Amino acid sequence: MKHLLGVEDLSRKEMDRILERAQSFAEVGRRDIKKVPTLRGRTIVNLFYESSTRTLSSFELAAKRLSADVVSVKSAGSSVDKGESLKDTVATLSAYDPAAIVIRSPHAGAAQLVAGWTEASVINAGDGKHEHPTQALLDVFTLRQRTESLEGLDIWIVGDVLHSRVARSCLLAFQKMGATVTLCGPPTLIPRGIEALGCEVAYDLDGLGGADVVYALRMQRERMGESFVPSLREYAARYQIDSRRLGPRQLLMHPGPVNRGVELAPEVIDSPQSLITAQVESGLVVRMAILYELLTGSDRSRPERGTAPADTPTIGQPA
Amino acid sequence: MNVSANGSGGGDAARLISRQGSPGNLIVRGARLFDPRVGLDEARDLIVRDGEIAELAEPGGAPEIEGAEAVDGEGLLALPAFVDPHVHFRVPGQEHKEDLETGTRSAAAGGYCAVIAMANTSPPIDSAAVLGSVRERAEREASIPVGFIANVTREMAGTELTEMAELREAGAIGFSDDGLPIANARVLGRALQYQRLAGGLIALHEEDPDLSSGGVMHEGEVSAALGMAGVPAVSESTMIARDCSLALYEDAPIHVQHLSARASVEEVARAKAAGVRISCEATPHHLTLTDEAVRSLDARFKMNPPLRSEDDRQALIGGLRDGTIDCVATDHAPHAAEEKEVPFEEAAWGVTGLETAFAALYTDLVLPGVLPLETLVERMTCGGEPFGIEAPRLEVGAAANVTLIDPELAWTVGEEGYESRSYNSCFGGCELTGRVLMTVAAGRVAFRQRSFALGVAP
Repeated sequence: MKHLLGVEDLSRKEMDRILERAQSFAEVGRRDIKKVPTLRGRTIVNLFYESSTRTLSSFELAAKRLSADVVSVKSAGSSVDKGESLKDTVATLSAYDPAAIVIRSPHAGAAQLVAGWTEASVINAGDGKHEHPTQALLDVFTLRQRTESLEGLDIWIVGDVLHSRVARSCLLAFQKMGATVTLCGPPTLIPRGIEALGCEVAYDLDGLGGADVVYALRMQRERMGESFVPSLREYAARYQIDSRRLGPRQLLMHPGPVNRGVELAPEVIDSPQSLITAQVESGLVVRMAILYELLTGSDRSRPERGTAPADTPTIGQPA
Repeated sequence: MNVSANGSGGGDAARLISRQGSPGNLIVRGARLFDPRVGLDEARDLIVRDGEIAELAEPGGAPEIEGAEAVDGEGLLALPAFVDPHVHFRVPGQEHKEDLETGTRSAAAGGYCAVIAMANTSPPIDSAAVLGSVRERAEREASIPVGFIANVTREMAGTELTEMAELREAGAIGFSDDGLPIANARVLGRALQYQRLAGGLIALHEEDPDLSSGGVMHEGEVSAALGMAGVPAVSESTMIARDCSLALYEDAPIHVQHLSARASVEEVARAKAAGVRISCEATPHHLTLTDEAVRSLDARFKMNPPLRSEDDRQALIGGLRDGTIDCVATDHAPHAAEEKEVPFEEAAWGVTGLETAFAALYTDLVLPGVLPLETLVERMTCGGEPFGIEAPRLEVGAAANVTLIDPELAWTVGEEGYESRSYNSCFGGCELTGRVLMTVAAGRVAFRQRSFALGVAP
């Protein structure tokens, strides 16, 4: 595996390998010294064309935990602001010979394009409304911490599916792990033709009781002006997950940041069923695992660099 | 009063303009001459003298003409050359994408003997002064005849009419704001009324901008999977329905550009049955590709209207076969590399198409038996008729407009580069069958395939 561009082109086997690796990093994370020397001397560039708190910080920290050198470039204040094309920016950054470029872009297919322009491994940290594979992997990891297997689980993804790359990647990832997925939201926010991906579609929460997992999406305020929904009030009345709608044995997830009182009622955010904080924790170890798999994987040999162990003898060894 | 451009005969041929040159003499020996319009399908020697088809002799019966170029046509197909009612040659203002020299060379390389150039240039062709300047350039640079469209509205803003009567006198072959729809029905209604004075067919880019707003590809299963905003098929068909009603009310002819959807074909069929004076076109890419190609996220598959579903494609093929769709148009839309080497949503709209039109349709529709060659030749040669330009014919006394094609030659698109200045072809890298080897336009050889060996008559 050289790049992680989307869940669509991930095999179940590759997903399992990343998740197992993340598990071993989770164990490292419980030690006092959390850093391993695996990627010492290698450079990782985070290229972010959209604002991000948790994804960027977790990629930065993941790289640092693996002892890599990290540079984060954000669009504001960079040459991107001066009109440089993505292709030229990638050529510039590639001159530092990075081992990986992590890119977030407001446009679908950006990571795939970058992969064609650089020798580095490319990780898609969100491309438009297309995919967000690292989020989906961390969500699967989080769920497996709780349920062992996703096989046969009934998962509802509720909210603004139309504008959500998280919904698309999670749908594909949950299905690959054996779960059944229902997409639920106002008809204006469910893309025409999405059933072709093999999911169920619901326009109300009537069937939510049968779900094992409720995955709520962020409802963006700017959608109101575009007539997708008449008001946040009506949206919340129909689709908000609250203690009345969330059963005691159902698990609750959300990719963050949460609009308290819109898609989620405050009481469920902090409830024992909520995995929201666990998702953030998983983000770090799963991104460490992804960097590890791409940069030290067996089908990627860069002997001239010599720092990557073939297997994992250094895992858990303090740097 | 010039009531209509439709069916007004060859009178508008004078609006086509190209470089001056001496008429050619040429002998093509033994090619299969194929022109369904005159019922011709047999091996003959084709003799062009002083730019006219002088004789269609028995094979081997061609007389010798001193100094004439002689071509061995054995195994080749000689067709009336094609006419494209819809190209973008980017002059004035965007010569980094294409100009009249490269554009006409690209057309000739695709077997075209005449094209009609759209007016969404920079500045747009909305005044007689701009139109005059591009026509002057065509006199110096165009290797095949070009007709120039002028805008319907000033600055293509969709609000005020251009000086259509003066533009028509200055040589406009028709009118269009192509690239943009005329969203305001009242403005289009006025243009159709004013056409009674000015003459000149109005060609319409049909798109309801409120419905298509923000979209970058066909709205359907593929856009849902890719998370890209869709352009629904109804954004096209509802505008066609509106404009057919207007055309009927004003008793004015209209030409609908680049049909892409089943619903659009159905609207046009209904309108034709109801007596609307309407003609329409479809492109090779909409006839051969679907939105499945967009899964690659390759910006070469981004154009407006977008590639649609297989069901839409089948409806277009059906329409082309039964005549609901009158002609094939390429919508040749060159763009510079940097405008396409960006994420799909950011990329410029449009694909080149002149050099691949025949080969793509021949490979995908004629060879598998979906469309008879006869129909393809008719639809590729009649594109000028709505604008008053007669289709070329292979008959004695006609101006020589001939394309010579090797129907068995398989070639990889783009392998030897393109004649166009741009290379945003959606068929780049595809192997197609059927290659244009030579094109004679308005009596002169306008293109020879480099590898095609030529001799001089002894």
